[in-house]
Amino acid sequence: VTPPSAGRLSWLAFAAVALLAALAPRLFDDFFINVILTKALWLGVAAASLIFLAAYGGMVSLGQLGLLGIAGMTYANLVMADGGSAAAWNPWLAVVAALVVTTVAGLGFGLIAARSEGIYFLMITLAFSVLVFYFFSQVTQLSGFGGVNNLDLPSILGSPEEDPVPRYYVTLVVALVVFVVLRGLSRTAFGLGLQGVRDEPARMRALGFDVLRHRTLAFALAAFVAGVAGVLSVWYNRRISPGSINLEWTINILIIAVIGGLYRLEGAWIGALTYALIDNYSRKWVPEVGNVLGPARFNTIIGLVFLIIVLLSPGGLVGIWEDVRDRFGGRRRRGGGTPTTTTAGPEGGPAPGTVN
Amino acid sequence: VVVAVVAFLLVKAADDLRQFVIVTLNGVTLAALYFVVASGFTLIFGLMRVVNMAHGSLYLLGGYFALKMQEAWFLEDTGLNLSLSGATDAEYGLMGWVIPLVLATLIIGFIGVGMQQVFLRWNQGQDLRQALITIALSVIMADQMLAAYGGISKDIAAPSSWPTSILLPGDVRFGFFRGVIVLGAALMIGLLLWLVIKRTRFGKIVRAGVDDRDMVSALGINVNLVFAGAFFIGAMLAGFGGVLGGTMISLAPGQDTAFLLNSLIVVIIGGMGSLGGAAIGAIALGLVDSYADVYLIFGDTDLTNYSILVTFALLVGVLAVRPLGLFGRPA
Repeated sequence: VTPPSAGRLSWLAFAAVALLAALAPRLFDDFFINVILTKALWLGVAAASLIFLAAYGGMVSLGQLGLLGIAGMTYANLVMADGGSAAAWNPWLAVVAALVVTTVAGLGFGLIAARSEGIYFLMITLAFSVLVFYFFSQVTQLSGFGGVNNLDLPSILGSPEEDPVPRYYVTLVVALVVFVVLRGLSRTAFGLGLQGVRDEPARMRALGFDVLRHRTLAFALAAFVAGVAGVLSVWYNRRISPGSINLEWTINILIIAVIGGLYRLEGAWIGALTYALIDNYSRKWVPEVGNVLGPARFNTIIGLVFLIIVLLSPGGLVGIWEDVRDRFGGRRRRGGGTPTTTTAGPEGGPAPGTVN
Repeated sequence: VVVAVVAFLLVKAADDLRQFVIVTLNGVTLAALYFVVASGFTLIFGLMRVVNMAHGSLYLLGGYFALKMQEAWFLEDTGLNLSLSGATDAEYGLMGWVIPLVLATLIIGFIGVGMQQVFLRWNQGQDLRQALITIALSVIMADQMLAAYGGISKDIAAPSSWPTSILLPGDVRFGFFRGVIVLGAALMIGLLLWLVIKRTRFGKIVRAGVDDRDMVSALGINVNLVFAGAFFIGAMLAGFGGVLGGTMISLAPGQDTAFLLNSLIVVIIGGMGSLGGAAIGAIALGLVDSYADVYLIFGDTDLTNYSILVTFALLVGVLAVRPLGLFGRPA
């Protein structure tokens, strides 16, 4: 249980970060806004859908990228574009359709997947993601032969090639709304029920809660968020191909979530920012060691970072930060609220009270 | 649904028996390869609850090791190496295939044990964390294999003395390696594993460990040694499968993913930790794969592009009825 003061402080921190993000176009050049910040924001939304399920529902899903891909492909096929079915719908209508399709797909798949738990859930959702990838690689009517390119964008984004700032602001607002809504949800009856299901499914069942329904609905909600991320991603890339929803990207979303912290929502964007920074700048400072390391070996670098984080701190960067803060900042030490993120249970589920 | 599918296949079979036999053989041999790889995955999971996400990487690495050994030691200089395709028409003796197979399999086994000892032993029981660690390892391994072996698909050559195909009754020609060696190897491995699990002391311990690890260690059995042994065998099966697959299909980046997915689907269908389940799952997946690739043509509409949906339907169908797979038991 979080004391009120800590709650207020974190909202203060949230406001400060939001303000800083709003001022970013004045502080950084267009390249940084576009390639680092906008990318980190939409990657963060994708990771947030994973973290939401993991933190509140105790379900670590690798299916989020499959859902993201469904949303992206739906949007890409409905608007005017090169490749795909190019139906030339209004972009906003395509957004609505993409979100509906993704949520329905998530609901359907959630009905199956929610029956399994823990590591089984992880494997089944992974299989789902990879099957979505194989589906779109086989069905070239939908994915085009070289992907679907030059997607039509809503006019609110302007023309990002000339001025990326409008798209940055739209992505920022969407990301903030996602964060606030998902966080607020933890206080609702549904959110509390979900956290109960995460910690004590048997007791919740005995209390008369429908465990399966909570898990399924949570999965559908996360599917909606993944759909939002999918739309943002195709707005960012202006193209989508099977290669952008393959296993590598499935793992990347997981890596982002784990680097940031699997049990804290804000970890999604911290992880995404870290990822985008490493992605862009590691090529400059990584030494060339034969074939083993070098600018072309980005995946080795990110894999090593991921490995080190998993070995050292299951709570990710947020977990490390909380560890440091609690060790040195005696003033902020809370009674029973020791950094539960780093002492996650053996099943990987967070101890009660982790999410606040 | 099952009856409808069988009836549909019978109609197709009556239509063109020769094609049906070949497609079925394709499915069965594919299933054989899936079984070899997935049995290692399920053995490790059943005993230790470790989901080895690097299993596909071990598969591919085993294949690449064998390929490199074959090229380095057994490439006989035919003198006139004029063909543009390079090594493809080189001659290899029987030993030029068997020795790389044995060595690569053993090396992968030792790599697997090393992986388990360094990264997984100290956090036994934290299954999610172990899965994440093996994912990290697979990311690194995939990138390093790409750096070392390139992105072009390569084959391991079968011994030149072996026939390329055999003639079956009914004038059906089928690949010798695929039909005889892979199928034979899978049957042998299945039999061997069954004997080891059912008849040896090690097998007894493994079976007991699957049911109750704590009790086994309380009885004074060195569980760590048993775990290392199981990981050795599981990884060896991945490496062995890699050499078979590298000869039967090919080695390329992405095969690690494909075989991780295949192993996942096989054990999700069959039930994790069950060898019999792995066999049933492999046959189901192999047959569904090959039938869906050929028979999804209805009149003028060609739906073979959508064959992956049939695989997905198989997975969903099994999970809807049995969430833990056909032979799965609660942990």
